[in-house]
Amino acid sequence: MAVTADARAGEAVPPGAAIAAPPPVAVKGRSLWQDAGRRFMRNRAAVISLTVLVLIVLFTFVGPLFAQWTIEKVDWSVLGAVPQKGYPSIANGHYFGTDSVGRDLYSRTIQGIQVSLTVGVLGSVVAVIVGTLYGAIAGYFGGRLDSAMMRLVDILYSIPYMFILILLLIIFGRSFNMLFVGIGLISWLGMARVVRGQTLTLKNREFVEAAVATGVRPMTIVVRHIVPNLLGIVAVYATLLIPEMILTESFISFLGLGVQEPYTSLGVLINEGSQTMQYGTLWQLGFPLAFFVVILFTFFFVGDGLRDALDPKDR
Amino acid sequence: MITFILKRLAIAIPTLLVLIVISFILMKIAPGSPFTGEKALPKDVLDNIYARYGLDKPEWQQLVEYVWNIVAHFDFGPSFKYKDRSVNDIIAQGFPVTLTYGFWAFIFACLIGITMGIVAAIRQNSWIDYFAIGVTIGGQVVPNFVLAPILVLVFTLWLRWLPGGGWNGGQWPYVVMPVIALATTYMANIARIMRSSMLEVLHSNFIRTARAKGMPGWQVIVKHALKPALLPVVSYLGPVFVGMITGSVVVDLYFSTGGIGQAFVNSALNRDYSTILGVTILLGALTIAGNLVVDVLYAWIDPKIRY
Amino acid sequence: MKLRTILGAAVAVGMLGSTALTAYAAQVPDGTKLAAEQVFKYRVLDNINALDPALVEDVDTAYVVSNLFEGLYMSDAAGDPVPGAAESYTANDDNTVFTFKLRDAKWSNGDPVTAEDFVYGWQRAVDPETASPYSYFLGLVHIANADDIVAGTKPVTDLGVKAIDDKTLEVTLNAPTPWFVRTMAHPTMFATPKKAHEQFGDAWTKPENFVGNGAYTLAENTPGERVVLKRNPGYWDNEHTVLEEVQFLTVNDENQALIRWRAGELDQTDVPVGQYPTLKAELPNETFSVPQFCTYYFNINMTDSAAEPLKDVRVRQALSLALDRDVLVNNVLQGGQQPAYSFVNPNTAGFTMPDLPIAHMTQDERDAKAKELMAEAGYGPDKPLTFEYVYNTSEAHKQIATVAGQMWKEKLGVSLTLSDMEFATLLDLRHKVAYPGLARNAWCGDYNEPSTFLGLYDSKSEQNDSGWNNPEVDKLLKDANSSGNAAEQYKQIEEIAAEEVPIIPVYFYAKVFMQNDDVKGWPYDNVEQTWYAKDLYKVAE
Repeated sequence: MAVTADARAGEAVPPGAAIAAPPPVAVKGRSLWQDAGRRFMRNRAAVISLTVLVLIVLFTFVGPLFAQWTIEKVDWSVLGAVPQKGYPSIANGHYFGTDSVGRDLYSRTIQGIQVSLTVGVLGSVVAVIVGTLYGAIAGYFGGRLDSAMMRLVDILYSIPYMFILILLLIIFGRSFNMLFVGIGLISWLGMARVVRGQTLTLKNREFVEAAVATGVRPMTIVVRHIVPNLLGIVAVYATLLIPEMILTESFISFLGLGVQEPYTSLGVLINEGSQTMQYGTLWQLGFPLAFFVVILFTFFFVGDGLRDALDPKDR
Repeated sequence: MITFILKRLAIAIPTLLVLIVISFILMKIAPGSPFTGEKALPKDVLDNIYARYGLDKPEWQQLVEYVWNIVAHFDFGPSFKYKDRSVNDIIAQGFPVTLTYGFWAFIFACLIGITMGIVAAIRQNSWIDYFAIGVTIGGQVVPNFVLAPILVLVFTLWLRWLPGGGWNGGQWPYVVMPVIALATTYMANIARIMRSSMLEVLHSNFIRTARAKGMPGWQVIVKHALKPALLPVVSYLGPVFVGMITGSVVVDLYFSTGGIGQAFVNSALNRDYSTILGVTILLGALTIAGNLVVDVLYAWIDPKIRY
Repeated sequence: MKLRTILGAAVAVGMLGSTALTAYAAQVPDGTKLAAEQVFKYRVLDNINALDPALVEDVDTAYVVSNLFEGLYMSDAAGDPVPGAAESYTANDDNTVFTFKLRDAKWSNGDPVTAEDFVYGWQRAVDPETASPYSYFLGLVHIANADDIVAGTKPVTDLGVKAIDDKTLEVTLNAPTPWFVRTMAHPTMFATPKKAHEQFGDAWTKPENFVGNGAYTLAENTPGERVVLKRNPGYWDNEHTVLEEVQFLTVNDENQALIRWRAGELDQTDVPVGQYPTLKAELPNETFSVPQFCTYYFNINMTDSAAEPLKDVRVRQALSLALDRDVLVNNVLQGGQQPAYSFVNPNTAGFTMPDLPIAHMTQDERDAKAKELMAEAGYGPDKPLTFEYVYNTSEAHKQIATVAGQMWKEKLGVSLTLSDMEFATLLDLRHKVAYPGLARNAWCGDYNEPSTFLGLYDSKSEQNDSGWNNPEVDKLLKDANSSGNAAEQYKQIEEIAAEEVPIIPVYFYAKVFMQNDDVKGWPYDNVEQTWYAKDLYKVAE
């Protein structure tokens, strides 16, 4: 059997949120997770990144309390003179300046972060749930079912997904739900492959054989014994997916198919900003891009840290 | 190995069929038609147009005839929007463009990415390493639709070194910026993967043994470490290949190269049914082929894999 | 990707002498030092669709084709007809038979341009097999039997056009049409080189096969990248042509186009929304804003499917009143557009703008009136009005939508849902009047007469995207069509529309563009923006 590309794809990306996952499930694995936690805490870049990430998330909740403008209110005194009057300033309440029609970028950036993070996290959650179950079932039951399920994944993998997504967004109109469905639709494929590979190695281990011998039903084995033991790799892979989802969202926004006004996302803001950067309103690109870059950076480092912490090879 | 390739090819055909059917259905339910204009056309005129392009037939028949024409004549039909050319013309014109800069971007991304990854791994935790990490992550997090305008501002407007767009038959000044814009993300990914897998290999026993025997450092790298360390990179090349094509949407739209990504987006927006289908099929076939080549390559590098 | 025809036809200005207007070409004043390199680079937004004149449907393509081919008559800098492939014409007394005398001109392959080529070209245009999107155009300009041929009930040979001899073309119309000659500049009315078309079939417009009769001939056609035209040395007026080469370069992104214009890669490009004042201050000689023959407006759904509140005329009036056009024009678009309170573009020949109350009020008065109307209609803070506005993806449309929404919100407490969709979807919704509230729209005159705008109010018009059905307006339009001077009917229609508010006019267009100051001869005064490369030249700096 081909161990295809994605068996190693975990290397490519790091994820952020999933470290919360460890404690409850793993009754026998507790010490392993504690070990991992300790290793993670020793990785300075990862810890700093995690802190920054948490701060950004906090900021999206606390930040609006300080905002003087809503996301959609037009500052009429700025409209028409954005390069001269729309610059970032404490005095007029536009801490990050305004966009091209005089709307407050501070509020809009916060909103954009929320949307982008949500898209990333939700997309990743879909991948985790669908991908893990799919991969674990295929891997555990093996045989015909396995090849049929994996063929389907191969087929879906061969579809120029971005193009189908564009068609979907055109047909069903732009909306957050559609975006989320479109992104989630495909994100689980890689996860399914990775999980299947891991399951193949797990299913011959003693504890699984013991469960089989004592007559535990197959689905129960998958859910109780296989899936919990996959959490490490799943966590890493999921963290790695989040920035990918965020990047995908920004690409869709570039095509003009992102979320609906007045709502916004980092991708939309960056795209708007990149269009106006030659007109002396660099703050329109600068603030959203800075958050975007920092968020992706931190996810990468956290993901790296997680992988190092959970990867038995580096022990 | 031959059986493996044949098997994969056998799956490719149903895959493409599924792809055609999905795209066809999506297109048909998309609002508007290729002939929806600012002006609503009188009914007689529309009827003539529908008859001309066979849209007056039942939809299942349109689909069957479409597929048949491809299988029997390799004919993707006339473009509905660019009325004096066929989809074959459009692909024949756009695909070489995409392929050209995609190819250079691929080479560029691999060469720089792999070199950077190796150097960073060998000099782990040195300033070179940190520099490489910074560059690679930077390349990954700045979307190419931001990078492209920056490149144009710098190289076209300020320095006046390179033309800001167009293709001009693929002369090198026109190719440079599309290649950079396209390659950066993948270069960064390749470097990251290369670095971590190289580190892993360098810490493994057989490398220690080789070192212990007194083999010079660079020889160890080239003779023993490189090939196993390349494995994960190779497995990443499939996605890179696909990404180069998808990424061409941004590059084409921004640099107006006339490549296939632009053809796709425009045809989707124009509801140019035949062109959407043609391009989707082409890209689907390429994706399948790309993944197949990667699998074969992978098997060739890693003898442990059996088919 | 705005589609409109480039037809120029003024009914009112009917004093065309029957012959002898001088041909128009680059008018280079004596002593001008011409630039060594005579290449004009023009930015287009999208691909050039088709170089077959019978299949042209968008403006950019029409520009290209109008340089490759020459109609019987073309437009001069003011938009009036000048002889092209014909050197003169005569019309009978009631303007139903036109006889054109062709000049001695050659196709680019050396064959003479004959009357038969025009007959062939026009027959192709209406032939159902060609399936031209503009096939209805020949019927629109009243050529006999054109509509029946399109409908498939008569053979193409019945078209009211025949070649008396090689150089004489006779056209029979089914109604008096004094402005007929003005329509000859439309690509659908160009000739098709019969021999070339029969020889190469559909491939006849490929560069290697191409045959044209214009001042330029096709050198390269790379869709999505560029179309290159080279001077045609066999053109009959070649000695007056100055530009050697014309390049139509596709640049999708207008901001990038501006950078490339600054870098000297383009000679002309559009100014992105809101950037005109800054650019004008920086480059006063190269930044232009000229009136354009189009009106931007919001459709209101007037059918039963409309959102309930919009069925109340007071609500519609209030929305129109509260929309501060001055802010939209001066603070958002900032490109010399004019606020619009009525539909017909003020540049329409012989049209007097209607005297509407809304146009005279100050904005404060309008706002006060709007609030009053809303209160009467029963909407206010405790019962806010909610509806949806649909528009297509574009920076300018988005800015207008956002700002208009905030105006209505702050003044009237309206909660506007914005729905951004791509163009084809919007068109579909609009043509079916399937949007629940308001829809963005814009209309460019097809010909220089008020009915090109007001005709959209006709309940049977395919372009009546509001679905407005007012028998009185229908009757006035009918009367206008048959009356010698329709000014009174047009005025009444505008007044009824202002009262009923089936649309909210927003602004009258301006073409806002950058052009290198070495380019001379551009027809700034032509509100339809028809231009020919043979009229342009570049001076040495």
